[in-house]
Amino acid sequence: MTHRTVPPAGVARTAAAVLLALALPSAALGFCGFYVAQADAKLFNQSSQVVIARDGDTTVMTMANDYRGALEEFAIVVPVPVAVTRDQVKVAEKSWIDNVDAYSAPRLVEYTDPDPCPPLVTYDEDRVGPSEAAEGAAPMRRSAATKSSMGVRVLDSYTVGEYDIQILSAEYSSGLEAWLRQNHYRIPDGAGAILQSYIRQNMRFFVAKVNLGEQRRLEQPFLRPLQVRYTSPKFMLPIRLGMVNADGAQDLLVYALTPRGRVETTNYRTTKIPTGQNVPEHVKSDFGSFYKALFARQVERNGMESVFLEYAWPLSVMCDPCSADPVPPDQLTALGADWVGSGGGKSSNAAYLTRLHVRYDLAHFPEDLVFQETPDTSTFQGRYVINHPFTGDTSCPAGRVYERTLAARQQEEVSNLATLTGWSAAEIRTRVPTRANPEAPPTPKDDGFWRWK
Amino acid sequence: MRALFPADPRVYQITLLASLLGYGVLALDFDVKPAHAAAIVATALVTQLACTRLWRLPAFDPKSALISALSLCLLLRANHVGVPVAAAAIAISSKFLLRWNGKHVFNPTNFALVAMLASGQAWVSPGQWGNAAILAFLFGCLGMLVVYRAARSDVTFAFFAAYALLLFGRSLWLGEPLTIPFHRLESGALLLFGFFMISDPRTTPDARAGRVAFAALVAFGAWYVQFRLFRTNGLMWSLVTVSMVTPLLDRVFRGARYGWPAPSTAPSTAPSTAPSTAPSTALSPTPRPA
Repeated sequence: MTHRTVPPAGVARTAAAVLLALALPSAALGFCGFYVAQADAKLFNQSSQVVIARDGDTTVMTMANDYRGALEEFAIVVPVPVAVTRDQVKVAEKSWIDNVDAYSAPRLVEYTDPDPCPPLVTYDEDRVGPSEAAEGAAPMRRSAATKSSMGVRVLDSYTVGEYDIQILSAEYSSGLEAWLRQNHYRIPDGAGAILQSYIRQNMRFFVAKVNLGEQRRLEQPFLRPLQVRYTSPKFMLPIRLGMVNADGAQDLLVYALTPRGRVETTNYRTTKIPTGQNVPEHVKSDFGSFYKALFARQVERNGMESVFLEYAWPLSVMCDPCSADPVPPDQLTALGADWVGSGGGKSSNAAYLTRLHVRYDLAHFPEDLVFQETPDTSTFQGRYVINHPFTGDTSCPAGRVYERTLAARQQEEVSNLATLTGWSAAEIRTRVPTRANPEAPPTPKDDGFWRWK
Repeated sequence: MRALFPADPRVYQITLLASLLGYGVLALDFDVKPAHAAAIVATALVTQLACTRLWRLPAFDPKSALISALSLCLLLRANHVGVPVAAAAIAISSKFLLRWNGKHVFNPTNFALVAMLASGQAWVSPGQWGNAAILAFLFGCLGMLVVYRAARSDVTFAFFAAYALLLFGRSLWLGEPLTIPFHRLESGALLLFGFFMISDPRTTPDARAGRVAFAALVAFGAWYVQFRLFRTNGLMWSLVTVSMVTPLLDRVFRGARYGWPAPSTAPSTAPSTAPSTAPSTALSPTPRPA
């Protein structure tokens, strides 16, 4: 059987597009913080991406920023377990996260059936993909200031890239709320109680807003991801604040980089996304819709109580198939995987990438996500397969056998697609050209969505 | 009604653990490798047989070894088959080697799990059961039956009461919504631990007061590991630590020793899992209802 990966970069980017397009509208992310506006613009959160590099008790969290609103209205409040110094806050490049996303995205592979009459054994695998140049971290400019007010202490204040950062500690949520309001932040209703619980846990608050002057000077059209580094035994993501002003369920993608093995949640079930199933050819033309429906179906089947594993793979082991070029070691290092390529006995082979995807709301995810790194070094990927039938002469005896097995296989592909997505099997059959139903509309070849970038 | 059930509660426990394992694998997609499960069961039985011969016990009784093996299948995950083999051997042999005053110190499964976790070669997934309420209900009902038959329901109730108190107390102090402690209590892993592991009548203190103190200490330890040290598997670490205090609790609180009903082929007074040479004062061969 001839097999090749469907233009892998396209697949990965399609999948990425799906995940982003699921809930990526006008406003932005807020998994662990809430967006607070300095004007009365309506804000809500629906999707977010975060890379967490964790080695021992050192965590480096890089938060992607999809914000599309007015820059002067952007502000984010993130609880962090300990106070972070100015040296521990950086601005990352979105391309680093995009590369990790593309490399780990659920993928489609395609095979072409061989001619059943003359036995043929060939193997051909292509792997192409975009390669983003490594980019260094933005330079940091600092301006410290400290003051105390309403039980709020500004532990540090400085400018990093296009952001003004403040690190706060607080004694009471009312004081913190008052301080934020006094500084022209708009606080969503209901945030006070959650802030209070973080204050009681002795957590600090990382507050960022856009420095418009710096943003213009740096000529950054989009807000770049913020990266914060801290040392704490807490291996968690505070998602509760992000739900305060959320409009319905949100999607969160967590890309964990660890030295030992797979990461999972300990206070919610981590479930593997269905994988390895054969689906009809036409899925190729709309892989985005397919995966979107598949994910929604899995969320529903699991009562919206699971975190889904979409990818888990040691970076030392070649992916099969690769959906994009491997993430360069210097980008992994920049994302916080310091041990990669740093010598000292550890090499880039020691990095393990876990991709977790969760759709959550307050009713089903009342507490923050808590993680653990396991020694599990097995491999997993969300992978779906299409098989193109042989289209030549099949009049020989082996060919007639092939035709019979092909018909059964195509029925199974329809059934798989219906089960995975919840779509009607009868409806699918009208769209799938099979030997039994050759009148169905032909499978469109690469369309715009397929090549989405 | 009771006449319908066999006298030995371990028969129920084996049935229930096997059912949960089947449910986990089929419905919850537990990553239980068949080779690992087979290796665990085989190793546990062989170790039990070897120890039976070595300690010259009157009869080979596979029930306790099967319980340990099934519990390990439910909880232990590893990359290499050598890890579950080692865990099963450690679990069973610990019953014979780590003894104090005529009873084994540690719950065998708990001890083996902690040993493997400490080695860094294995992991336990506390979230694998999820929080489905129906599942919690199932665990509760089935587990209740087991503890009733095993006559150690007091330790289970005391543990849940203490742990719930700590969870609710923390959330109230933090000002968190009570959905958070409820969510934590709905954990399948917690219920499994409370009903099937901490209730092991062979390792809990003999007296009721001792068992209540034991349960409270385990609950506090688990809470401390999870919410003060921020580490996972606090239940496991806490139980193994507090088990070392059991001899002290037995000295302070005197009570009747528990023994499993003897297998029909063995002399009726011999505890099936205790070496015949071990001191066996104050044996109570008949389960005592709560």
